[in-house]
Amino acid sequence: MFDLTGKNALITGASGGIGGAIAKALHGAGATVTLSGTRQGPLDELAAELGDRVHVLTCNLSDAAAVDALPKQAADLMGSVDILINNAGITKDNLFMRMSDDEWSSVLEVNLTSTMRLCKGVIRGMMKARWGRIVNISSIVGATGNPGQANYAASKAGMVGMSKSIAYEVASRGITVNCVAPGFIATAMTDKLTDDQKEKINVQIPAARMGTPEEIAAAVLYLASNEAGYTTGATLHVNGGMAML
Amino acid sequence: MSDVADRVRKIVVEHLGVEEEKVTENASFIDDLGADSLDTVELVMAFEEEFGIEIPDDAAETIQSFGDAVKFISEAQ
Repeated sequence: MFDLTGKNALITGASGGIGGAIAKALHGAGATVTLSGTRQGPLDELAAELGDRVHVLTCNLSDAAAVDALPKQAADLMGSVDILINNAGITKDNLFMRMSDDEWSSVLEVNLTSTMRLCKGVIRGMMKARWGRIVNISSIVGATGNPGQANYAASKAGMVGMSKSIAYEVASRGITVNCVAPGFIATAMTDKLTDDQKEKINVQIPAARMGTPEEIAAAVLYLASNEAGYTTGATLHVNGGMAML
Repeated sequence: MSDVADRVRKIVVEHLGVEEEKVTENASFIDDLGADSLDTVELVMAFEEEFGIEIPDDAAETIQSFGDAVKFISEAQ
Protein backbone atom coordinates (compact mmCIF):
# COMPACT_ATOMS: atom_id res chain seq x y z
CA MET A 1 0.00 0.00 0.00
CA PHE A 2 2.73 2.45 0.91
CA ASP A 3 5.35 3.23 -1.71
CA LEU A 4 8.75 4.45 -0.57
CA THR A 5 10.47 4.12 -3.94
CA GLY A 6 13.25 6.70 -4.23
CA LYS A 7 13.35 7.40 -0.48
CA ASN A 8 16.44 6.79 1.61
CA ALA A 9 16.10 5.54 5.16
CA LEU A 10 18.53 5.25 8.06
CA ILE A 11 17.56 2.75 10.74
CA THR A 12 19.42 2.39 14.03
CA GLY A 13 19.38 -0.79 16.02
CA ALA A 14 18.79 -2.67 12.80
CA SER A 15 20.45 -5.82 14.13
CA GLY A 16 17.68 -6.22 16.71
CA GLY A 17 14.32 -7.90 16.26
CA ILE A 18 12.20 -4.77 15.87
CA GLY A 19 14.88 -2.85 13.93
CA GLY A 20 15.34 -5.72 11.51
CA ALA A 21 11.59 -5.94 10.89
CA ILE A 22 11.42 -2.18 10.31
CA ALA A 23 14.30 -2.38 7.82
CA LYS A 24 12.54 -5.19 5.96
CA ALA A 25 9.25 -3.29 5.84
CA LEU A 26 10.79 -0.05 4.53
CA HIS A 27 12.97 -1.92 2.06
CA GLY A 28 9.98 -3.98 0.96
CA ALA A 29 8.12 -0.75 0.22
CA GLY A 30 10.92 0.31 -2.12
CA ALA A 31 13.17 2.42 0.09
CA THR A 32 16.95 2.29 0.03
CA VAL A 33 18.06 1.51 3.58
CA THR A 34 21.17 2.02 5.66
CA LEU A 35 21.30 -0.45 8.51
CA SER A 36 23.08 0.78 11.60
CA GLY A 37 23.93 -1.10 14.76
CA THR A 38 26.82 -2.10 16.95
CA ARG A 39 27.36 -5.61 15.60
CA GLN A 40 28.63 -5.94 12.05
CA GLY A 41 27.73 -9.65 11.70
CA PRO A 42 23.95 -9.50 12.07
CA LEU A 43 23.81 -6.31 9.98
CA ASP A 44 25.70 -8.00 7.14
CA GLU A 45 23.40 -11.01 7.38
CA LEU A 46 20.32 -8.82 7.13
CA ALA A 47 21.86 -6.85 4.25
CA ALA A 48 22.56 -10.09 2.38
CA GLU A 49 18.97 -11.17 2.93
CA LEU A 50 17.58 -7.89 1.59
CA GLY A 51 19.82 -7.83 -1.48
CA ASP A 52 20.17 -4.53 -3.32
CA ARG A 53 19.43 -0.99 -2.07
CA VAL A 54 21.13 -1.79 1.26
CA HIS A 55 24.08 -0.27 3.10
CA VAL A 56 25.61 -1.12 6.47
CA LEU A 57 27.18 1.32 8.94
CA THR A 58 28.25 0.17 12.38
CA CYS A 59 27.99 2.81 15.06
CA ASN A 60 28.37 2.82 18.83
CA LEU A 61 25.59 5.11 20.00
CA SER A 62 27.34 5.89 23.26
CA ASP A 63 30.15 7.52 21.25
CA ALA A 64 28.98 11.10 20.60
CA ALA A 65 31.44 11.75 17.76
CA ALA A 66 30.46 8.53 15.99
CA VAL A 67 26.77 9.41 16.35
CA ASP A 68 27.34 12.90 14.95
CA ALA A 69 29.14 11.38 11.95
CA LEU A 70 26.48 8.76 11.20
CA PRO A 71 23.89 10.88 9.31
CA LYS A 72 26.55 12.28 7.00
CA GLN A 73 27.99 8.83 6.33
CA ALA A 74 24.51 7.57 5.52
CA ALA A 75 23.82 10.54 3.25
CA ASP A 76 27.13 9.97 1.46
CA LEU A 77 26.14 6.35 0.81
CA MET A 78 22.53 6.98 -0.23
CA GLY A 79 22.54 10.57 -1.49
CA SER A 80 20.26 11.78 1.33
CA VAL A 81 18.49 10.67 4.48
CA ASP A 82 14.76 11.19 3.92
CA ILE A 83 13.59 8.85 6.65
CA LEU A 84 15.24 8.40 10.04
CA ILE A 85 14.15 5.61 12.36
CA ASN A 86 15.63 5.91 15.84
CA ASN A 87 15.08 2.41 17.06
CA ALA A 88 18.25 1.54 18.96
CA GLY A 89 17.85 1.24 22.69
CA ILE A 90 19.38 -0.40 25.72
CA THR A 91 18.12 -1.33 29.16
CA LYS A 92 20.00 -1.36 32.44
CA ASP A 93 17.26 -2.30 34.86
CA ASN A 94 17.58 -1.86 38.58
CA LEU A 95 15.43 -0.77 41.46
CA PHE A 96 15.49 2.98 41.54
CA MET A 97 17.04 3.09 44.99
CA ARG A 98 19.89 0.92 43.77
CA MET A 99 20.28 2.55 40.37
CA SER A 100 23.79 3.89 39.84
CA ASP A 101 24.60 7.14 38.07
CA ASP A 102 26.17 5.09 35.32
CA GLU A 103 23.07 2.93 34.83
CA TRP A 104 21.04 6.10 34.57
CA SER A 105 23.31 8.09 32.30
CA SER A 106 24.29 5.33 29.91
CA VAL A 107 20.64 4.52 29.17
CA LEU A 108 19.79 8.20 28.73
CA GLU A 109 22.83 8.70 26.51
CA VAL A 110 22.08 5.84 24.11
CA ASN A 111 18.28 6.04 24.07
CA LEU A 112 17.63 9.77 24.24
CA THR A 113 20.77 11.80 23.56
CA SER A 114 21.81 9.81 20.51
CA THR A 115 18.27 10.21 19.16
CA MET A 116 18.63 13.96 19.59
CA ARG A 117 21.99 13.96 17.79
CA LEU A 118 20.69 11.92 14.88
CA CYS A 119 17.59 14.09 14.51
CA LYS A 120 19.83 17.14 14.41
CA GLY A 121 22.08 15.52 11.84
CA VAL A 122 19.34 14.71 9.34
CA ILE A 123 17.06 17.70 9.69
CA ARG A 124 19.12 20.14 7.63
CA GLY A 125 18.84 17.95 4.54
CA MET A 126 15.14 17.37 5.19
CA MET A 127 14.51 21.13 5.48
CA LYS A 128 16.15 21.69 2.13
CA ALA A 129 14.22 18.86 0.55
CA ARG A 130 10.97 20.10 2.14
CA TRP A 131 10.26 16.48 2.99
CA GLY A 132 11.30 14.27 5.86
CA ARG A 133 10.08 11.56 8.18
CA ILE A 134 11.46 10.89 11.62
CA VAL A 135 10.06 8.01 13.62
CA ASN A 136 11.36 7.50 17.14
CA ILE A 137 10.72 4.17 18.77
CA SER A 138 9.56 4.91 22.30
CA SER A 139 7.93 2.39 24.62
CA ILE A 140 4.75 1.75 26.54
CA VAL A 141 6.75 2.17 29.75
CA GLY A 142 7.51 5.77 28.77
CA ALA A 143 3.81 6.42 29.32
CA THR A 144 2.97 3.97 32.10
CA GLY A 145 6.24 3.59 34.02
CA ASN A 146 7.61 0.23 35.05
CA PRO A 147 9.30 -0.87 38.26
CA GLY A 148 13.02 -1.33 37.75
CA GLN A 149 13.09 0.84 34.66
CA ALA A 150 13.21 4.44 35.89
CA ASN A 151 16.10 5.14 33.52
CA TYR A 152 14.55 3.41 30.50
CA ALA A 153 11.10 4.91 31.12
CA ALA A 154 12.60 8.39 31.50
CA SER A 155 14.51 8.02 28.24
CA LYS A 156 11.42 6.82 26.36
CA ALA A 157 9.13 9.51 27.81
CA GLY A 158 11.83 12.08 27.03
CA MET A 159 11.79 10.93 23.45
CA VAL A 160 8.07 11.71 23.18
CA GLY A 161 8.44 15.26 24.53
CA MET A 162 11.43 15.91 22.31
CA SER A 163 9.67 14.55 19.23
CA LYS A 164 6.65 16.78 19.80
CA SER A 165 8.87 19.85 20.16
CA ILE A 166 10.82 19.11 16.99
CA ALA A 167 7.54 18.33 15.22
CA TYR A 168 6.29 21.82 16.05
CA GLU A 169 9.45 23.46 14.75
CA VAL A 170 9.67 21.72 11.39
CA ALA A 171 6.04 20.96 10.51
CA SER A 172 5.86 23.85 8.05
CA ARG A 173 8.75 22.35 6.10
CA GLY A 174 7.07 19.07 5.24
CA ILE A 175 8.86 17.14 7.95
CA THR A 176 6.95 14.97 10.40
CA VAL A 177 8.27 13.64 13.69
CA ASN A 178 6.35 10.87 15.41
CA CYS A 179 6.83 8.08 17.91
CA VAL A 180 5.79 4.47 17.94
CA ALA A 181 5.42 3.06 21.44
CA PRO A 182 5.55 -0.73 21.41
CA GLY A 183 4.12 -2.76 24.25
CA PHE A 184 5.54 -6.20 24.90
CA ILE A 185 7.03 -7.49 21.68
CA ALA A 186 8.58 -10.93 21.31
CA THR A 187 12.29 -10.17 20.74
CA ALA A 188 15.65 -11.05 22.24
CA MET A 189 14.96 -8.38 24.87
CA THR A 190 11.78 -10.13 26.08
CA ASP A 191 13.30 -13.61 25.66
CA LYS A 192 15.27 -12.82 28.79
CA LEU A 193 12.03 -12.97 30.77
CA THR A 194 11.09 -16.23 32.51
CA ASP A 195 7.98 -18.17 31.43
CA ASP A 196 6.38 -17.12 34.68
CA GLN A 197 7.07 -13.46 33.95
CA LYS A 198 5.75 -13.83 30.41
CA GLU A 199 2.55 -15.42 31.68
CA LYS A 200 2.04 -12.54 34.10
CA ILE A 201 2.50 -10.11 31.23
CA ASN A 202 0.11 -11.91 28.89
CA VAL A 203 -2.78 -11.76 31.33
CA GLN A 204 -2.42 -7.97 31.40
CA ILE A 205 -2.76 -7.71 27.61
CA PRO A 206 -6.29 -7.66 26.20
CA ALA A 207 -4.95 -9.28 23.03
CA ALA A 208 -3.59 -12.03 25.35
CA ARG A 209 -0.26 -12.30 23.55
CA MET A 210 2.94 -10.46 22.90
CA GLY A 211 3.17 -8.46 19.70
CA THR A 212 5.45 -9.24 16.80
CA PRO A 213 8.22 -7.05 15.41
CA GLU A 214 6.29 -6.95 12.13
CA GLU A 215 3.36 -5.31 13.88
CA ILE A 216 5.66 -2.50 15.03
CA ALA A 217 7.23 -2.26 11.58
CA ALA A 218 3.78 -1.78 10.02
CA ALA A 219 3.14 1.24 12.23
CA VAL A 220 6.56 2.66 11.35
CA LEU A 221 5.96 2.10 7.64
CA TYR A 222 2.76 4.14 7.83
CA LEU A 223 4.45 7.02 9.64
CA ALA A 224 7.33 6.97 7.12
CA SER A 225 4.98 7.13 4.16
CA ASN A 226 3.85 10.07 2.08
CA GLU A 227 0.29 9.32 3.16
CA ALA A 228 1.16 10.18 6.79
CA GLY A 229 2.09 13.75 5.88
CA TYR A 230 -0.57 15.26 8.15
CA THR A 231 0.31 13.10 11.15
CA THR A 232 2.98 14.73 13.28
CA GLY A 233 3.84 14.92 16.97
CA ALA A 234 1.83 11.76 17.48
CA THR A 235 2.64 8.64 19.43
CA LEU A 236 1.20 5.48 17.95
CA HIS A 237 0.70 2.95 20.73
CA VAL A 238 1.04 -0.61 19.47
CA ASN A 239 0.48 -2.73 22.54
CA GLY A 240 -2.44 -5.12 22.10
CA GLY A 241 -4.60 -2.88 24.25
CA MET A 242 -2.36 -3.15 27.28
CA ALA A 243 -2.53 0.60 27.80
CA MET A 244 -5.16 2.45 25.80
CA LEU A 245 -3.65 5.90 25.55
CA MET B 1 31.50 43.76 -1.29
CA SER B 2 28.78 44.70 -3.75
CA ASP B 3 28.98 41.24 -5.28
CA VAL B 4 28.42 39.69 -1.86
CA ALA B 5 25.52 42.06 -1.22
CA ASP B 6 23.89 41.17 -4.54
CA ARG B 7 24.17 37.45 -3.93
CA VAL B 8 22.88 37.76 -0.36
CA ARG B 9 20.00 39.95 -1.54
CA LYS B 10 19.06 37.38 -4.19
CA ILE B 11 18.92 34.61 -1.58
CA VAL B 12 16.82 36.73 0.78
CA VAL B 13 14.40 37.73 -1.97
CA GLU B 14 14.00 34.15 -3.15
CA HIS B 15 13.69 32.61 0.26
CA LEU B 16 11.42 35.12 1.95
CA GLY B 17 9.48 36.14 -1.14
CA VAL B 18 9.95 39.86 -0.51
CA GLU B 19 10.50 42.70 -2.95
CA GLU B 20 14.10 43.56 -3.67
CA GLU B 21 13.67 47.21 -2.61
CA LYS B 22 12.73 46.11 0.90
CA VAL B 23 16.06 44.36 1.42
CA THR B 24 17.94 47.40 2.68
CA GLU B 25 21.10 47.62 4.76
CA ASN B 26 19.28 47.69 8.09
CA ALA B 27 16.35 45.46 7.14
CA SER B 28 15.81 42.95 9.92
CA PHE B 29 14.91 39.50 8.62
CA ILE B 30 12.32 38.97 11.32
CA ASP B 31 11.00 42.47 12.04
CA ASP B 32 11.04 43.93 8.53
CA LEU B 33 11.05 41.02 6.11
CA GLY B 34 8.55 38.70 7.77
CA ALA B 35 10.90 35.82 8.50
CA ASP B 36 10.26 33.43 11.36
CA SER B 37 13.08 31.97 13.43
CA LEU B 38 13.25 28.86 11.25
CA ASP B 39 13.56 31.05 8.15
CA THR B 40 16.65 32.67 9.66
CA VAL B 41 18.19 29.22 10.17
CA GLU B 42 17.45 28.36 6.56
CA LEU B 43 18.89 31.66 5.33
CA VAL B 44 22.14 30.93 7.14
CA MET B 45 22.18 27.46 5.56
CA ALA B 46 21.69 29.05 2.15
CA PHE B 47 24.49 31.56 2.79
CA GLU B 48 26.83 28.75 3.79
CA GLU B 49 26.10 26.94 0.58
CA GLU B 50 26.30 29.96 -1.71
CA PHE B 51 29.61 31.20 -0.31
CA GLY B 52 31.19 27.89 0.69
CA ILE B 53 31.73 28.99 4.27
CA GLU B 54 30.77 27.62 7.64
CA ILE B 55 28.80 29.89 9.94
CA PRO B 56 28.97 28.60 13.52
CA ASP B 57 25.78 28.70 15.62
CA ASP B 58 26.93 31.52 17.88
CA ALA B 59 27.80 33.66 14.86
CA ALA B 60 24.56 32.74 13.12
CA GLU B 61 22.63 34.20 16.04
CA THR B 62 24.23 37.60 15.47
CA ILE B 63 23.10 37.72 11.84
CA GLN B 64 19.77 39.48 12.24
CA SER B 65 19.68 41.84 9.28
CA PHE B 66 20.70 41.99 5.64
CA GLY B 67 23.62 44.25 6.61
CA ASP B 68 24.75 41.80 9.30
CA ALA B 69 24.81 38.99 6.76
CA VAL B 70 26.78 40.94 4.15
CA LYS B 71 29.29 42.11 6.77
CA PHE B 72 29.80 38.65 8.23
CA ILE B 73 30.19 36.94 4.87
CA SER B 74 32.56 39.60 3.52
CA GLU B 75 34.79 39.16 6.54
CA ALA B 76 34.59 35.36 6.47
CA GLN B 77 35.69 35.07 2.86
